[in-house]
Amino acid sequence: MSTTATERLQEPGVELTPRGGVASEITARSPLQLFWRRLKSDWLALGALGVVVLIVLTAILAPVIVDVAGTAAPRATNADLTGDFGEPLGPNAMASSPSSDGTVAQAGPFGSDKLGRDVFSRTIYGSRISLLVAFIATAITVLVGVTLGLLAGYYRGWVDTLLTRAMDVMLAFPVLVLAIGIGVACSGTGGCLGGAIKPGLAVVIFVISLATWPYMARIVRGQVLSLREKEFVEASRSLGASDRRIIFKEILPNLVAPIIVYSTILIPQNILFEAALSFLGIGVEAGTPSWGAMIADAASIFREAWWYMTFPGIALLVTVLAFNLVGDGLQDALNPRTAK
Amino acid sequence: MAAGNPLVEVRDLVKHFPIKKGLILSRQVGAVRAVDGISFDIVEGETLGLVGESGCGKSTTARLLTRLLDPTSGTISFEGRDIAFMSHEELKPLRRDMQMIFQDPYSSLNPRKTVGSIIAEPFVIHAVAPDPKERKRRVQELMEQVGLNPEHFNRLPHEFSGGQRQRIGVARAIALKPKLIVADEPVSALDVSIQAQILNLLRTLQRDLGLTIVFIAHDLSVVRHMCDRIAVMYLGRIAELASADELYGHPRHPYTGALLSAVPVPDPRLAKMKVRQVLGGDVPSPTNPPQACRFHTRCPKAVAGTCDVDDPELAAKAGGNLAACHFPLSDTEIAARVPTAAP
Repeated sequence: MSTTATERLQEPGVELTPRGGVASEITARSPLQLFWRRLKSDWLALGALGVVVLIVLTAILAPVIVDVAGTAAPRATNADLTGDFGEPLGPNAMASSPSSDGTVAQAGPFGSDKLGRDVFSRTIYGSRISLLVAFIATAITVLVGVTLGLLAGYYRGWVDTLLTRAMDVMLAFPVLVLAIGIGVACSGTGGCLGGAIKPGLAVVIFVISLATWPYMARIVRGQVLSLREKEFVEASRSLGASDRRIIFKEILPNLVAPIIVYSTILIPQNILFEAALSFLGIGVEAGTPSWGAMIADAASIFREAWWYMTFPGIALLVTVLAFNLVGDGLQDALNPRTAK
Repeated sequence: MAAGNPLVEVRDLVKHFPIKKGLILSRQVGAVRAVDGISFDIVEGETLGLVGESGCGKSTTARLLTRLLDPTSGTISFEGRDIAFMSHEELKPLRRDMQMIFQDPYSSLNPRKTVGSIIAEPFVIHAVAPDPKERKRRVQELMEQVGLNPEHFNRLPHEFSGGQRQRIGVARAIALKPKLIVADEPVSALDVSIQAQILNLLRTLQRDLGLTIVFIAHDLSVVRHMCDRIAVMYLGRIAELASADELYGHPRHPYTGALLSAVPVPDPRLAKMKVRQVLGGDVPSPTNPPQACRFHTRCPKAVAGTCDVDDPELAAKAGGNLAACHFPLSDTEIAARVPTAAP
């Protein structure tokens, strides 16, 4: 029979050593290490992170991927890759009649669209527009939202009143209608205001940032309102710290977690927003591969050409889902109070 | 009164927090009279206790002394210079000489900063020891001085216990070798056993560094252990100010008498001999404090026509205590009611 721990304790001459050895060997974990340990045990978030990395790599390496796959360039139209009535060809389908040079053209793995462009190439290239718009718009939102939220929450008084009212106005603003309006009014060659406003990437990014910054600012303002009353802010002030130092050194570090979490939630939202704007025809200029524009284009012929809508749709779904899951994972890993 | 040079002289200090109504055209409809005309000196090297119930203005006084709040009126002269209405720029060099220790060791340390950088903050703000190595050495010295392991400078506040956190707060406060430390209930959030450690640490540091301490508490036994002189506050005023022995031995203000009468007596025979004085009612609202003597609505000795008409000055009474009262307690009353009174 093996002796139990208690029995061994009662044995004379048994020296007891503390578990884990000497105290000096116990090292403190940095917050980054703790964060990583928590994230490591969350396989769903890790998987999603892998997918996100893959999508980002796809966007960066789009030309290489298209080259390796041997599909046509995303903007290349090919009349041979449409059917007799101008309908798109399905995945890997052969053209019904030989081309002028005598060979029979074959559609790519995701089929072709109404102009005979390759859906695979366009889906791959579409990730570029989605991520570009989402990242830039999110960056602008974070910059504007955090700055204004900090100012409103920290200085309170009339600054707060002014900014909060501005946020309320922005939240009540029909942003989609504004976007459609800009799209319709400025779609001519000259654009509006002497060419300053033209439908395209810049307008999409502007509209998305305009619609989302108040949410960011509100979250930050709320956090700052509670943080500024903490005793460590008072302690810093009693040491003679300036407002600037208190905002950047005391308050901002405490906002990093909510800002990161909300940004990762914003990115998929903005991807969807971009897709919606492109779907409505206000997005990037015609011909540029964008998932939203492709889906819009495919909507009218969905019954005949399922592949045209399905592949960009799946790409959109997977991207948004992956970013959302990463956001959830980060939220859990960054918040020390959530029990796992 | 205690001898020595006053480090701080407070005269007629007032802090009213306005109560505003209306969203856009806000107008003041009243004021919380948190501190309503107090005067006292803080003598160099002494520990001055501030006691009183919640809401009597102790913490507001502390924050006025360190100018975390701007006073409504009055003067605070620190080494002869009036700091009551100094701008923040003018105040900055003076802040090296007055530091604060806070009540809540959990919220007084930034959870995102390492202990080392928290204690180093005074050095950074006042550009003392700009060399990082020198700074680290001094931080570790301070940690050792307050009884923390200097190896732990890279840890975060959440890795420490409440008592250790309060030690970190103490280290931050003494970093610049200040003259005055205002401790706002520094042990109220701690276990009794830890309280004693922190109190003894403060006393040791006071002896070693020649600190003057303003010690705020609501625990009467803690205050007696710590303080040379004690000011008892009630509704934004000082009711009584005396040396610790005199205050506990023969309180003159009926409010002090009632407070001390509530102290439990360990000896049951002695306890039977004392009449416990229980005050009726609650503390009146500081937005609308009673006229004249603030305490007359609850005072067992209040005399209509005097106490509710005539505001008593803080003046010397028998035994040397300063008390703001028309009818201070007599020695027989003290002997009957106050358990801490000398027999």
